[in-house]
Amino acid sequence: MSPPKPNHPGEGRENRPSLISRRRSDQLAGRLFFVFSVIPVALAILILGLLIYKSWPLLKTHFLWQLLFGQVWKPEDGLFGFWPFIAGTFWVTLAALVLAVPPSLLTAIYLSEYAGRTLRTFMKPLLDLLAAIPSVVYGVWGTIAIVPLIQNALIPFINRHFWNIPLISSQNPTGYGILAGAIVLAIMIVPFIIAVLYEILENVPKGLKEASLAVGTTKLQTVRWAILPGVLPGLVAGVVLGASRALGETMAVMMVVGNVIQVPHSILDAAYPLPALIANNYGEMMSIPLYDSALMTAALILMIFILMFNIASALVLQRVLGRKWV
Amino acid sequence: MDTHIKIRNLSVRYAERVVLDNINLEIPRQQITVIMGPSGCGKTTLLKGINRFLELVDDAHVSGQVLIDGQDIYDPGVDVTEIRKNVGLLAQRPYSLPMSIYDNVAYGMRIHQMYRNGPEMDEKVQHYLEEAGLWEEVKDRLHKPAVALSIGQQQRLCLARGLAVNPAVLLGDEPTSALDPISAQHIEQRLIALKQEYTIVLVTHILRQAKRLADYVIFMYLGEMVECGPAQQVFERPQQERTRAYLAGQF
Amino acid sequence: MKKRWARRHIIEAIFKALMVISFALVAGSLALILWTILSKGLPAMNWAMITQTSSGGYYLGKTGGILNAILGSLYMAGGGTVLALILGLPIALYLETYLDNLAWGRYVRLALDVLWGIPSIVYGAFGFLVMLALGMRASMLGGIIVLTLLELPILTRAMDEIIRMMPDELEQAALALGSTRLEVALRVVTRQMLPGIVTAVLLAFGRGIGDAASVLFTAGYTDRIPTSLLQPVASLPLAVYFQLSMPYPEVQKRAYAAALILTLIVLAVSLGSRWLAGRFNKNVIR
Repeated sequence: MSPPKPNHPGEGRENRPSLISRRRSDQLAGRLFFVFSVIPVALAILILGLLIYKSWPLLKTHFLWQLLFGQVWKPEDGLFGFWPFIAGTFWVTLAALVLAVPPSLLTAIYLSEYAGRTLRTFMKPLLDLLAAIPSVVYGVWGTIAIVPLIQNALIPFINRHFWNIPLISSQNPTGYGILAGAIVLAIMIVPFIIAVLYEILENVPKGLKEASLAVGTTKLQTVRWAILPGVLPGLVAGVVLGASRALGETMAVMMVVGNVIQVPHSILDAAYPLPALIANNYGEMMSIPLYDSALMTAALILMIFILMFNIASALVLQRVLGRKWV
Repeated sequence: MDTHIKIRNLSVRYAERVVLDNINLEIPRQQITVIMGPSGCGKTTLLKGINRFLELVDDAHVSGQVLIDGQDIYDPGVDVTEIRKNVGLLAQRPYSLPMSIYDNVAYGMRIHQMYRNGPEMDEKVQHYLEEAGLWEEVKDRLHKPAVALSIGQQQRLCLARGLAVNPAVLLGDEPTSALDPISAQHIEQRLIALKQEYTIVLVTHILRQAKRLADYVIFMYLGEMVECGPAQQVFERPQQERTRAYLAGQF
Repeated sequence: MKKRWARRHIIEAIFKALMVISFALVAGSLALILWTILSKGLPAMNWAMITQTSSGGYYLGKTGGILNAILGSLYMAGGGTVLALILGLPIALYLETYLDNLAWGRYVRLALDVLWGIPSIVYGAFGFLVMLALGMRASMLGGIIVLTLLELPILTRAMDEIIRMMPDELEQAALALGSTRLEVALRVVTRQMLPGIVTAVLLAFGRGIGDAASVLFTAGYTDRIPTSLLQPVASLPLAVYFQLSMPYPEVQKRAYAAALILTLIVLAVSLGSRWLAGRFNKNVIR
């Protein structure tokens, strides 16, 4: 005698109507969602491609070397030397990093090793708020608070005492210049750098810190000799990531940096970073031949630098943080 | 009993949760004292109270006194780094510092500027590696990274590192539980040898290990000190009901 | 012995002081910025600012407001965020529930990282090029599209992180009961992670509404209240920027007021999302 049929309703009938339609919608959704997932990849390729395509007219008629390092920018005469803008970008970014990294590192160490819980919970929303403030608002603040400060207090002071020091002395400096841009930019990237550095420090296993403290070190000695050597690559990567954020900042810097086409020689000089070049001149793009290509080349240069920094630091941080992505 | 450490009215709580309740006990000099008890009884907390590691925990509140050679280590005028130099800790999981084997051992000595770098330091590093029973295995690769060692070797390296600052007390927080049986045996043998020079306080949840190593026993349960005394006495003629139950394997 | 003790503690004390100073600098700079915007913006604020548009003699210093910019920003950022959500949520769900080929997942996440790193000025330039190619003029639609591009990586990344925090057991439990992946995605993941998703949405919205560089080329500017997708539209960041560069001090003061309004909106969104994230942590199953 055959064994009794199991008492489960519907079993044995594989193709219940509702199951078919559920499967179908699942498969459909799967394919649809996959198509959606192609979007970021397609977009990244498209943006890069379009920028290259639009820059091509300029790139094919000028030597890359001349473009990158040429110092004369006169589009109406067909001269496209990007060096003043590239140099300006790096001056502002470097100065911003110099201003931003030490306090960020110290704050991250303080939060990770010394601060009590209340201080730590207080800091997170504070950093979020700093990061949320829009670029234009930083620009307004820079114009109201920083530029006059430099113009009315710092410059007369320097003129009186330090007027001949290289990197600081400048002809006819106003408050608008690299220093103002660097100060504003520094505050903008501080929350970001603190967040990355803090995460790296928190990732250090507690046992390692305890192993060092157990022989009687101060917390600072533990940080300096037991923690920092191990995380140094990660710290550098975090700073590089902050730099890539700084490279792309447009509005705030543009409003205080002076926008004078020159190769800067001092932090009080005015400069003209690449993003400002693009933002200020898009209106005239079509009026001068190759001008539009030039501006797209500027965007391309910017994007390539940022990509290089991002990829380099992401590779390092992947290992330090043990995650797949940053 | 020649008392090295005296603990008076020690109470510890994490936020509102009481972990140690009014502990009073004494720890003899240059013997192996074992703190035993079921998990969660507070033995690690008690241990960490002796080298002031409780301060590393958020919300930890400590009251009472821990007197080492008569001086209360929780006295406000006392420098915690000196305490920790005097009381070494061998942790459950060995962590070697991100540096060479040599530098690991020399680490504490350099921090406290105890010896000059050079032949003097070389000699000391060798001495402590020998004390930890590791010298023969690493003498040819002193300047290689310490992370390359096996876990048993790393624990011995941690032992050497801890001994190098010349403590009077050595604490061990289940120092063999992460090790394979052979390395564990190695460490146990070293500890037995070391009690000639150091006062050793161990925490373990392995009853048999306690019976192997202990000269003096402290039995804890749910944050209270239930019974303490010389090992033979506690193991063979336990006075408290709970001690008897624990020894019988009931929990 | 005493001398050695003194030195390392002195060094630590010095560094501790430096650390506290750094911390104070960071906290202080936020206070400073907010105070400056408040003290400059508040005097210039009045009802007219938020209820009237900038027609007439506004730019010459007469009455008027920036209602056009306020509404324009809200519409554009709202539209951009909605579109970014429509595009991004499936991507995030795909990465969590449907992903079979791990290599592809890596590429997608890599692409998202690349997109995340692209500055808004480049998105603006890209959007401008696309609009030129399609024959579009500067308009609200252009602004919405560029903001969508800008917000998409931010939103998707944030949602991806949140969704990944979901414990695997929950998903496996649902699958073990015989749910299809779609059902898991829609009924379990989205519901469980909803507060986190809303937080991510607010985050992206705040980013989008404050951005000037991307809408600079693509949305244009106008004095009128936005009525059509195909016409230029004003935005708060640009209102601030343009008014600040006007030679009339009264108009410049209004720039401060506009900056204040923008800052208040962004702060409200940021604090709101933080509050929501706090509630989220209480409900999540660990």
